[in-house]
Amino acid sequence: MSLLQVRDLHVEFHTRDGVAQAVNGVDLGVEAGETLAVLGESGSGKSVTAQAIMGILDMPPGRITGGEIVFQDRDLLTLPRQERRQIRGAKMAMIFQDALSALNPVLTVGYQLAEMFRVHQGASRKEARAKAVELMERVRIPAARQRVGDYPHQFSGGMRQRIMIAMALALEPDLIIADEPTTALDVTVQAQVMDLLADLQREFNMGLILITHDLGVVADVADKIAVMYAGRIVETAPVKELYKAPAHPYTKGLLDSIPRLDQKGGQLNVIRGMPPNLQQTPPGCAYNPRCPMARAVCRKDEPPLYEVSALRASACHFWEEMFDAR
Amino acid sequence: MTGPPAIEGPDETETLAGVESQAERAGGKGPSSPGREPRERARSLWSDAWHDLRRNPVFLIAGLLIAFLVLISVWPGLIASRDPLSCRLGRSLDASSAGHWFGFDTQGCDVYTRVVYGARTSVTVGVCATLGVAVLGSVLGGLAGFFGGVWDAVLSRLTDIFFGIPMILGGLVFLSMTGSRSVWTVVAFIVLLGWPQVARIARGSVITAKQNDYVLAARALGAGNARMMTRHILPNAVAPVIVTATIALGTYISLEATLSFLGVGLQPPTVSWGADISAASQGMQFRNAPHILLYPAAALSLTVLAFIMLGDAVRDALDPKLR
Amino acid sequence: MHGEGSSRKVAREELIQARKLLAKSHAERSYAAGEPILQVRDLVKHFPLTQGVLFKRQVGAVKAVDGVSFDLRKGETLGIVGESGCGKSTVAKLITHLERPTAGTIRYKGNDITRASGRALKAVRRNIQMVFQDPYTSLNPRMTVGDIIGEPFDIHPEVAPKGDRRAKVQELLDVVGLNPEYVNRYPHQFSGGQRQRIGIARGLALRPEIIVADEPVSALDVSVQAQVVNLMERLQDEFGLSYVFIAHDLSIVRHISDRVGVMYLGKLVEVGTETEIYEHPTHPYTQALLSAVPVPDPEAEGRRERIVLEGDVPSPANPPSGCHFRTRCWKAQQRCAEEEPPLAVPENFADSLPGEAVHHPSACHFAAERAAVVGPVET
Repeated sequence: MSLLQVRDLHVEFHTRDGVAQAVNGVDLGVEAGETLAVLGESGSGKSVTAQAIMGILDMPPGRITGGEIVFQDRDLLTLPRQERRQIRGAKMAMIFQDALSALNPVLTVGYQLAEMFRVHQGASRKEARAKAVELMERVRIPAARQRVGDYPHQFSGGMRQRIMIAMALALEPDLIIADEPTTALDVTVQAQVMDLLADLQREFNMGLILITHDLGVVADVADKIAVMYAGRIVETAPVKELYKAPAHPYTKGLLDSIPRLDQKGGQLNVIRGMPPNLQQTPPGCAYNPRCPMARAVCRKDEPPLYEVSALRASACHFWEEMFDAR
Repeated sequence: MTGPPAIEGPDETETLAGVESQAERAGGKGPSSPGREPRERARSLWSDAWHDLRRNPVFLIAGLLIAFLVLISVWPGLIASRDPLSCRLGRSLDASSAGHWFGFDTQGCDVYTRVVYGARTSVTVGVCATLGVAVLGSVLGGLAGFFGGVWDAVLSRLTDIFFGIPMILGGLVFLSMTGSRSVWTVVAFIVLLGWPQVARIARGSVITAKQNDYVLAARALGAGNARMMTRHILPNAVAPVIVTATIALGTYISLEATLSFLGVGLQPPTVSWGADISAASQGMQFRNAPHILLYPAAALSLTVLAFIMLGDAVRDALDPKLR
Repeated sequence: MHGEGSSRKVAREELIQARKLLAKSHAERSYAAGEPILQVRDLVKHFPLTQGVLFKRQVGAVKAVDGVSFDLRKGETLGIVGESGCGKSTVAKLITHLERPTAGTIRYKGNDITRASGRALKAVRRNIQMVFQDPYTSLNPRMTVGDIIGEPFDIHPEVAPKGDRRAKVQELLDVVGLNPEYVNRYPHQFSGGQRQRIGIARGLALRPEIIVADEPVSALDVSVQAQVVNLMERLQDEFGLSYVFIAHDLSIVRHISDRVGVMYLGKLVEVGTETEIYEHPTHPYTQALLSAVPVPDPEAEGRRERIVLEGDVPSPANPPSGCHFRTRCWKAQQRCAEEEPPLAVPENFADSLPGEAVHHPSACHFAAERAAVVGPVET
């Protein structure tokens, strides 16, 4: 049994300029102890997918128009509001990009951590505070006992992100969704936070969904990757295979277009054009206007997710050519 | 690949292709964009706001009411043929009758005529006081926000002092010291006590606008203070001032009425709803003849309501976060 | 429709001609290659920390930039990397005269321009322009693209006579790869990448010799970053521009830069050519920084050693004594707290010859090479 199984998820956004198909038939699965990276650019629908799973999508303007989100054998979309709320926080938790705005600035971090135990577990004030200190030590915040009474702004960016992680971990959830957890951090701190997250995940045998736009960050920690483009998954693969031999031209384009630390200059290969407008995705394959391999069929027929191997899939009509080419 | 034309090279052609798709994206708001270069609406904050306003029933109702008010305050003769000042004591407190739909007040004046003529006072006070407050407040607040430092410190303390003076109390003190009071005395008083409110808003929004990179970019190009202020900061800072001012307009009208009611506002022969309400409530006359209070009070409420509704609608339309 | 098509073609030809002329005039007034076009010496910027409402008194200073020196040569790209708060953006603002330095000098072609004002400052601004990080806040939303790119000509009317301006603006749009017909559109009608192109066109309008780009691609989507980087490289060749390219993304800096300076807490800690810094870094901070950058390749990633730094960057209001990096450095000793290491070829490598990769300035008492920081280099 999967920990989380998302099937054919559809999310729309109603704006003054029309209806945007933010998520358009997404399938995802995460097992306990597994890390799934969802990779995409802005507007690819990766964050909306995460918010839909977590049940924190702004509705309106958002609307889930189809699909199911099965978590521990229960479809979250059909669950009564009350039960859904109990799952959130206790069974699945989320880590946001901007820790400063996700924490309440007028309450001490100790109070905010302790609140989790007091609300969900009915712990006494003293117990809750002790647990808060323990949590802060667990996420390796130095001098936790002294700092438990500090306010969020008194911590550095990396430390605040650790506090966010501590809050997410507080009730020992089975699934953590991290939405760009290290994007706002400096590289040296990024590495610390990613390592911490990976260690804790192993320790608690949690499922982890890592939402990111950074191909570098996921290479090290993810088990498998789902690449999203214009509200769809265009490729899924185990992480090593994806980097070695991408099966979708978009993935290949991304990998080719980013300069690498271990590569010297020269012209960068670019993906032409720009990400699509979700109100008017092109007919056929959404990537066709930017794709170097596009042919007539790509402008007409939307490619299904072809099975490449037992663990891989690609939404490209010509995925086989991707492998022939090398 | 030797010549400079940018359209060569994979990167550029691709970009232009992307630009075309962007053209469709920007232009094709509606389904009707068949041409290659659709004549699109140049969208800006103001055109977007106008687009919203035209579809907002609150704005339409308020707008119609205000248009009507402005019309009758300029040409009261359009709907009232009598003289508001010719009264016959003999008809004092008479109830409504044909030709005198609102009846007569204590002095025997036609209530309908007086309500119509009272609009001019209210609209004049409201509009002029708002203009004065907006101009004075945004100039002082804008300068404080733009230059900061000592300017800002002094002005901020000054606004604090003015904020400490309650309008009504201030009116009772200041206006009772003046001998004869015209509409302009009242306007001057409101401007004097009202500007700090707008100055604060203006200062805040100028500071916000000042922090944008495009202001830095203009400085990096060598733009002077005047250009930065007029081209870059003011156009981006004016919206909150307009919103505050439109909402304040309604409250100024009711303030004038309140002051007149308290006897420190407008004096006869100026026709004012506030003064009429005041007269009607003296000696409990309205118990026997409720119409003498009802009509001017209703006109006042409706007017204030219309302006506040307008302010609300404008605020919603100008707030991009609500989109 | 035919007539319209051919007239567009003619217009296109004219634009190309104009561009050729423009490029030529650039070449003529270009400064001899290789000479430093910009010399920065001991640049310091302290922001006072004040207390009090009406009567402010200074209680300290944030030492944003604390003694930075470097040269920028004609036609080269100098990359400046560092983490947030290291002072790299302040350096950009000092060079572009958006901030006044507390001390130090900036020379442009040998002339001291540090305290230029009035007419002289205006002339400096013509030659040193800036491209900003955020393409959303760096363009005035109330102005059309034509007004934005044309504004430099309003401020410096001597550059383009009034009648020529529209043509010039359209030419600039064409140069940065946008459709010249878009002059009447507003910024919000463009995507992030296109906005950044508009920002670059504005920076180019006065035909500057130096462009300071502060994180010009970090706000853009991954797939668009490469387009803008390529554009900047092409413009550099075409107009003989010199870039100061400031970024936190070490991979992009390596890609675009000829030389690289690494900043930490207001100081440059290591300066060298791209190869020297990325393949033979000798400063521990540079090594840690490079080792922390993930490489999008799990196999290469496995072969690398990661140096995880402890703790956070200290406050620039109260930096450590001696070497600023010593509080996080695994090599730190007593000497590091007492004696500030100069930015020079380190003692360890005093015997190395100029031209050897380790022969470059590195501000560390115990500078040494370290293997497997970046991983094997592919070309």
